[in-house]
Amino acid sequence: MAEMKPQTAGRDTSVTLSGLTLDNPVIPASGTFGYGYEFAELYDINCLGSFSFKGTTKEPRFGNPTPRIADCTAGMINSVGLQNPGLDRVIREELPRLRTCFHKPVIANVCGFSFEEYAEVAAALDKEEQVGLLEINVSCPNVHGGGMGFGICPDTAAEVTRRVKAVTRKPVYIKLSPNVTDIVSIARACEAAGADGISMINTLLGMRIDLRTRKPTVANRMGGFSGPAILPVALRMVYQVYEAVHIPIIGMGGVSSARDVMEMMLAGATAVEVGAANLVNPYAARDIVEELPAVMAQYGIQSLQKIIGGAHHG
Amino acid sequence: MKQSMYTVTSNRPLARDVYGMKLAGDTSAITAPGQFVNIRLDGLFLRRPLSVCDWEADSLTLIYKVVGQGTARLSAMMPGEVLDLLTGLGNGYDMSVSGQAPLLLGGGVGVPPLYGLCRRLVAEGKRPIAVLGFNSREDVFYAEEFAALGVPVTVTTADGSEGVPGFVTDALPEAGDYTHFYTCGPEPMLRAVYRATVTDGQFSFEERMGCGFGACMGCSCHTVTGNKRICKEGPVLRKGEILWQK
Ligand SMILES: Cc1cc2nc3c(=O)[nH]c(=O)nc-3n(C[C@H](O)[C@H](O)[C@H](O)COP(=O)(O)OP(=O)(O)OC[C@H]3O[C@@H](n4cnc5c(N)ncnc54)[C@H](O)[C@@H]3O)c2cc1C
Ligand SMILES: Cc1cc2nc3c(=O)[nH]c(=O)nc-3n(C[C@H](O)[C@H](O)[C@H](O)COP(=O)(O)O)c2cc1C
Ligand code: FES
Repeated sequence: MAEMKPQTAGRDTSVTLSGLTLDNPVIPASGTFGYGYEFAELYDINCLGSFSFKGTTKEPRFGNPTPRIADCTAGMINSVGLQNPGLDRVIREELPRLRTCFHKPVIANVCGFSFEEYAEVAAALDKEEQVGLLEINVSCPNVHGGGMGFGICPDTAAEVTRRVKAVTRKPVYIKLSPNVTDIVSIARACEAAGADGISMINTLLGMRIDLRTRKPTVANRMGGFSGPAILPVALRMVYQVYEAVHIPIIGMGGVSSARDVMEMMLAGATAVEVGAANLVNPYAARDIVEELPAVMAQYGIQSLQKIIGGAHHG
Repeated sequence: MKQSMYTVTSNRPLARDVYGMKLAGDTSAITAPGQFVNIRLDGLFLRRPLSVCDWEADSLTLIYKVVGQGTARLSAMMPGEVLDLLTGLGNGYDMSVSGQAPLLLGGGVGVPPLYGLCRRLVAEGKRPIAVLGFNSREDVFYAEEFAALGVPVTVTTADGSEGVPGFVTDALPEAGDYTHFYTCGPEPMLRAVYRATVTDGQFSFEERMGCGFGACMGCSCHTVTGNKRICKEGPVLRKGEILWQK
């Protein structure tokens, strides 16, 4: 008996983030894709909707001591600590090299340890032609605020948003931390402060303990937990924030298949980032792009853009 | 780097908790001894890195010690089972600077990558000297395999139960009898080798890895020439670029 092949041709995978149209919603997440080169050795990364490059700070950073990585059930902990070459070298060396392997607009992930640093880094990356969108990671500790994360209270998250919006022209997406009591109030505050979109979620604070040494597995003791295990948490948060704001959401957390992408979009995400999955399967993002039309066909979806927030209706 | 599937052709114990596994598959991405593979295992999220002990056009050998879940799972694999590997990872040893009489210093499961290196040095007409260090006689493996390459081999054991009592640094040839050195083993051994050797040399380091191919910054270290990723610009570092931490 001939197998029924669902019709995959003509499925529309494009989505639009604040005027920026992507061929598909699949975006490797910041910190899991470097500047793209390692992956470009394996496949043509231009098949991706976009990608978010490693978080940039003003000064070069080595990050935390090693070990920085711990394996977990269906996920991992990282305490990389925002290692990056610093704003100047990102602009002088990494972006020109990135241009040789990726020809679409890219997402610049911005980190800072003061309001001034966020504004300065964002303003500089905003001027880079290839940057299509700014993703502001507010999970960093505020060195002038006792080390408390900018993202853990609505006021400081809103202040970062205002400072960045004042000095940039490209869409500004605030990347929220899930390690908060009420993510909805923080998303609302960012929207009110002028954010063009929300990117969520960053990693969940976690830890592992090594039975042999009886010490925390990563040198920094705690780190960010991510990977397939966090998908339900991320979906729940995207779902809640979608109900509370009117700006687009880039959803992420545990996404590793085309089905996960569609779940995220039904919860309310316009586009979807893929993080830890890239580290274990370097082809993960490409595989998801390739699987999408067939999974759309299986569920009778013509246009992905039309399913955004679909789980909220009816 | 290449991702592909490999079939286990043999998997047998070599010493206490240490196994040798042979795999059949595409080795075209492996370009130098001292490179490593990163292995995906059912039920574990992150891959596990292991040095390539030796390789041929369509097969490779890994030697591993069972220390946890991943290596325990590997030790239970049977011929015919299939594994997903990333191959051709890391820089590997630079053979072009070996001189005529390179010294190979291996400790425990740091010995494996030196075997593939040794075989290739011999094939180039070099006269390597091997010093292999273990804890005890039950832990010794591959001494005969090195000897079969026609290489002088000294075994050391920490408890003195076989060969020279002590560490590899207790059995170094005289200064002037070796032209360069290559080493791999636990970090305390690498530090001792750093202090005890008189020529330039190359050290293979380990670090806990997220990806193994340069994407996550999980494995960074400080060096004289700036930050390096152990998985990409390493695992082999030249003596002159090492900055010991702590
Ligand atoms: C580049 C590289 C090459 C390697 N080559 C070899 C090799 O040829 N043969 C070999 O036997 N091993 C090698 N290792 C070490 C090997 O990767 C680890 O032993 C393995 O990942 C442990 O996995 P597991 O799931 O069994 O242990 P886990 O369950 O992850 O951990 C169990 C215990 O092992 C210890 N451990 C875990 N990872 C490491 C590590 N990377 N180094 C030291 N201790 C660790 C932990 O402290 C823990 O107590 C290499 C490591 C690297 C980075
Ligand atoms: C190794 C690693 C490094 C990361 N670095 C950054 C970073 O620099 N900036 C950032 O905003 N998020 C960073 N993240 C978080 C991811 O972008 C993503 O939000 C999170 O991992 C959830 O997605 P996942 O479950 O698909 O991994 C990092 C995650 C990992 C695993
Ligand atoms: S392990 Fe990911 S960069 Fe080295």
